[in-house]
Amino acid sequence: MCMTCGCGSGETHIEGGDAGVHTHADGTTHSHAHPHGHSHDGGAAHSHAHEHAHEPTHDDAHGHGHGHDHDHDHDHDHDHDHDHDHDHDHDQDHDHDHDHDDDHDHAQGHTHSHGHAAVHYGLGAAGGAAPGMSQTRLVQIERDILAKNDGHAQRNRAALAARGVFALNLVSSPGSGKTTLLVRTIELLQGRLPVAVVEGDQQTSFDADRIRATGAPALQINTGKGCHLDAAMVETALARLAPAEDSVLMIENVGNLVCPAGFDLGEAHKVVVLSVTEGEDKPLKYPDMFAAASLMLLNKIDLLPHLRFDLQACLANARRVNPAIEILQVSATSDEGMAAWLAWIERGAQAASQQRLAEVDTLQRRVAELEAQLARLQGT
Amino acid sequence: MHEMALAESVREIVEETARANDARRVSLVRLEIGRLAQVEIEAMRFAFEVVQRGSLAEGARLEIVETDGTAWCMLCSAAIVIGRRGDPCPACQSFQLQVTGGDRMRVMDIEIE
Repeated sequence: MCMTCGCGSGETHIEGGDAGVHTHADGTTHSHAHPHGHSHDGGAAHSHAHEHAHEPTHDDAHGHGHGHDHDHDHDHDHDHDHDHDHDHDHDQDHDHDHDHDDDHDHAQGHTHSHGHAAVHYGLGAAGGAAPGMSQTRLVQIERDILAKNDGHAQRNRAALAARGVFALNLVSSPGSGKTTLLVRTIELLQGRLPVAVVEGDQQTSFDADRIRATGAPALQINTGKGCHLDAAMVETALARLAPAEDSVLMIENVGNLVCPAGFDLGEAHKVVVLSVTEGEDKPLKYPDMFAAASLMLLNKIDLLPHLRFDLQACLANARRVNPAIEILQVSATSDEGMAAWLAWIERGAQAASQQRLAEVDTLQRRVAELEAQLARLQGT
Repeated sequence: MHEMALAESVREIVEETARANDARRVSLVRLEIGRLAQVEIEAMRFAFEVVQRGSLAEGARLEIVETDGTAWCMLCSAAIVIGRRGDPCPACQSFQLQVTGGDRMRVMDIEIE
């Protein structure tokens, strides 16, 4: 079954080669990209799924658990350079010994092993042991169940921030007009902002084809039976797409008002697209999605004269489940309201690139400080 | 939603911890599931039982601690409890709320032997 969504087995395919992310019988997904350089936010529980090259005809009948989770409560950077030696026996349990060439600065008194031990506290109950006597022990874990996805998401977020990319996760039910809206948005942003797109659908590359027809780069992810994009898929897509510095990345999620709500992809904002033909009660029927979104685009407003749609009720309903939600009314066919939407995007893109420049500035100053220090030490 | 996949995640976390502590089996798994988390408790119980088969936690008791959805009511300037997203403040009926807790799902601890 799909690792993160449990939606039945299937092959996730990312267009651009057979080195796609694929799902094994035991649910692990592997891709052939090796994004290994990463840094960790302090205090975050995170996991790495180790992606390594397999022959495409790898026997899928056995499972190996490769994810390992570290709990750390300190900041450190690792560059993980490790060779994966694939001569391992396929018993149910096996350990990967990872040789890490890294220097850790550990907080005083902190110990952990780089086996796959989670940090645990409170080994209560029996301290000593008598042979033959079983002891029950309570082991505290306190780990978020969605930690695996969130680990990928944090890495995506960091990678995007480093390049000043403003990333949006577009969510909606099927048929809300996301793709048409996206196509029109890209056309109107010509010459103003570079845009790249990640498209998510169960099947076909229709949407990626439509985006590419505008001249913008697009990558299609087919989830097979999957019902939403997850952060691991987006991580692979980002590596392939390599969005330009200070650009906009639109991630068009699978049409689904339920599942994508729970999955952080590393985006700056979720934008929910609701069309006026869907009914004003949808924000109340699907509260998690509207609560997770920063902006609601009420689409197809050119059709309002033909519908009995209660606009005020819709706006009130959205604000009920999310008092902070911003709302813009648009039509991708008549262009009504599009100027405000474009301005919203430009503000966000501006903020993202300013953030990047501020960080570059901070680092450059640090470099200058260190160089001055070095000069003093060397007596030059 | 996705209780099967969540149960798989729980299995991974539990097995890894159990092995790291040299456990022969896991007798109890305790999950904390917030009322505002997108998880159906009964589906979770079912999925857990199915997914733990063949693992160190097969047959383990599952305890689910449901935590309240909490929010800050901006009108009352007070912390309140809500049952569902979209519910109003029980005191003043306003919808001007900021969710502060009860939307997480965690593996709290396990009992091993």
